[in-house]
Amino acid sequence: MLRNLSKTSIFSFYNPQRVRNIRERIIAIILFGCGIFSILVTIGIIVSLFSEAIGFFLRPEVNLFTFLTGTNWNPLASQISPENFGVRPLIRGTLMIAVISGSIALPLGLGSAIFLSEYASDRLRSILKPLLELLAGIPTVVYGYFALSFVTPLLKRVLEDQLGIHVSFFNAFSAAVVVGIMIIPNVASISEDAMRAVPRSLREGAYALGATKFEVSTKVVVPAALSGIVSAFIIGISRAIGETMAVTIAAGATPRMTLNPLDGVQTMTAFIVQVSFGDAPAGSINGQSIFAVGATLFMMTFVMNIISASILKRFREVYE
Amino acid sequence: MIAEKKISTETNQYKENISRRNRTEKIFNVILLISVLFGLLMLTVLIIDIAVEGYAWVRPELFENYHSRKPENAGMKSAIAGSIIVIFMTGLFSFPVGVGAAIYLEEYAPKNRLTDFINLNINNLAGVPSIVYGMLGLVVFGRMFGLFSIDSWFVKLFNIPIESGATGGWKFFLFDIPWLEIHLPFGRSMVAGALTMSLLILPVVIIASREAIRAVPPSIREGGYALGTTKWHVISTLVLPIAIPGILTGMILSLSRAIGETAPLIIMGAFTYVPFLPKTVWDQFTVIPIQIYNWITLPQTEYRVHLAGAGILVLLFILFLMNGIAIYLRKKFEIKW
Repeated sequence: MLRNLSKTSIFSFYNPQRVRNIRERIIAIILFGCGIFSILVTIGIIVSLFSEAIGFFLRPEVNLFTFLTGTNWNPLASQISPENFGVRPLIRGTLMIAVISGSIALPLGLGSAIFLSEYASDRLRSILKPLLELLAGIPTVVYGYFALSFVTPLLKRVLEDQLGIHVSFFNAFSAAVVVGIMIIPNVASISEDAMRAVPRSLREGAYALGATKFEVSTKVVVPAALSGIVSAFIIGISRAIGETMAVTIAAGATPRMTLNPLDGVQTMTAFIVQVSFGDAPAGSINGQSIFAVGATLFMMTFVMNIISASILKRFREVYE
Repeated sequence: MIAEKKISTETNQYKENISRRNRTEKIFNVILLISVLFGLLMLTVLIIDIAVEGYAWVRPELFENYHSRKPENAGMKSAIAGSIIVIFMTGLFSFPVGVGAAIYLEEYAPKNRLTDFINLNINNLAGVPSIVYGMLGLVVFGRMFGLFSIDSWFVKLFNIPIESGATGGWKFFLFDIPWLEIHLPFGRSMVAGALTMSLLILPVVIIASREAIRAVPPSIREGGYALGTTKWHVISTLVLPIAIPGILTGMILSLSRAIGETAPLIIMGAFTYVPFLPKTVWDQFTVIPIQIYNWITLPQTEYRVHLAGAGILVLLFILFLMNGIAIYLRKKFEIKW
């Protein structure tokens, strides 16, 4: 009936029904624009990273092959040649920190998740969880400071003074330790979500067979939540790879093909900060090299996030 | 006789088994407790370490002075001002877009491939390293793809008057209003920094706002529709007023993440030494975490350990304050349906 009314009065000057419809339309379009905006951001990231990175690879002084396979990263050398643009030392530094911090954060994060999900009472959980989340909320520059002022001196006192092993002032290990601490809550909270999503009946079935809490946790809950836990691990590692300030401060600025965690290394992110701090002009080879490194970094974390999301999605399909 | 014996050995085995399992249970319990306590222990050690090194250096000069060659005079006045202004602008930019996207995804979006893609995309953006956002900001906001450099085709085509120099580019007054000055490209200004930061926190803002909107029960909306109002009217007068405390909580938490971010602004070209307070949003700036980083990299102990520690204490205090406000808001306006 309302519709008929509006049709009869379509020629009148002011038609509230029509004004309302137009306004609704405009608002819907604006909101759609906001929704679509995130896709524009992704496109912006890809375009800005890769346009500059392509500019870098089109230079005669560098080529993609030696960039990916070369073992010498020395972009500030006076003689610019492809041999000085091999990204592998940076990738190795990054992965070394990711592996060490992962081997700290994964067991501790998983342990915390099992404790919070299976052992802690609701009351204890409501206290412990926000406290643990605080670790993720502390700025990364603070972790860098902590690594230099606490972890490295501790390492020196234990390893160098007691065992005589040389520890550099800037070393990968203390950076990796603080990155590990930083990503514990990430690993813990996603794993815990996965464990809490495991149906109660599975646990009760196991208890009815006489299983202890340990057996229920490790043989029923963890396997049932495995895909969620794996995706938490991947996200944790991906965050360690993209972590910037702590490794820039504590791991040093020497790109090295080393496997000794007590040496200084340079990660991809630390290199980007180093060049940006030195104020490389747009269009210079250094200014462009950070985009080549940044594109490599983006690709690595992007692939890991996609894998993690697809594992998580499959998991959700099983239980919901 | 034999059967009895068999049963008794089985019982023995069973008892042994039980005690072994109980032992494992206890050990496991201890391991779990250690893994939870390790994180908390590290948190405590970190805060104590920083407080011990920096507490004595939190003094009036820290807030009244700029960075100085003499550690005893050095402060971070410009960094505090820069942080406050940049964070305020970040909130201003990211709030409308983030809440708009959340409303669209919760209330308007049809269930189709595009919506799935937007969701996947937002989750992915949340996992992109912050340093990558810095590079995005540098190219898109800082340089604007070099569109406004003196020799670009765009400038020649439209005959745009470009100023030369480090802070060059195209400067004009929008609609000839004297206070609406626009600089293109945004360069190393606070506008560029705040825009970069708002892209960085956008995924978190969207996810938090969606949760707040989703928590409003459908019956509220249906009540509105039953009275014959339009969709937007229902959203703006019924859904948003209920959801706004939750949205604000999420907003404050995302801004508290932004205030500690260092890397994107370093890539953007924020300065480390700014000996003046910003007058307009187009001025150069620095923020607290960059000042801290700068102090950490200096060789003297006073800067590296004490002043950096004092700066961190101020930063952590601001963070705890913001988180406290967020928790207070959540508690105060929490509605149980």
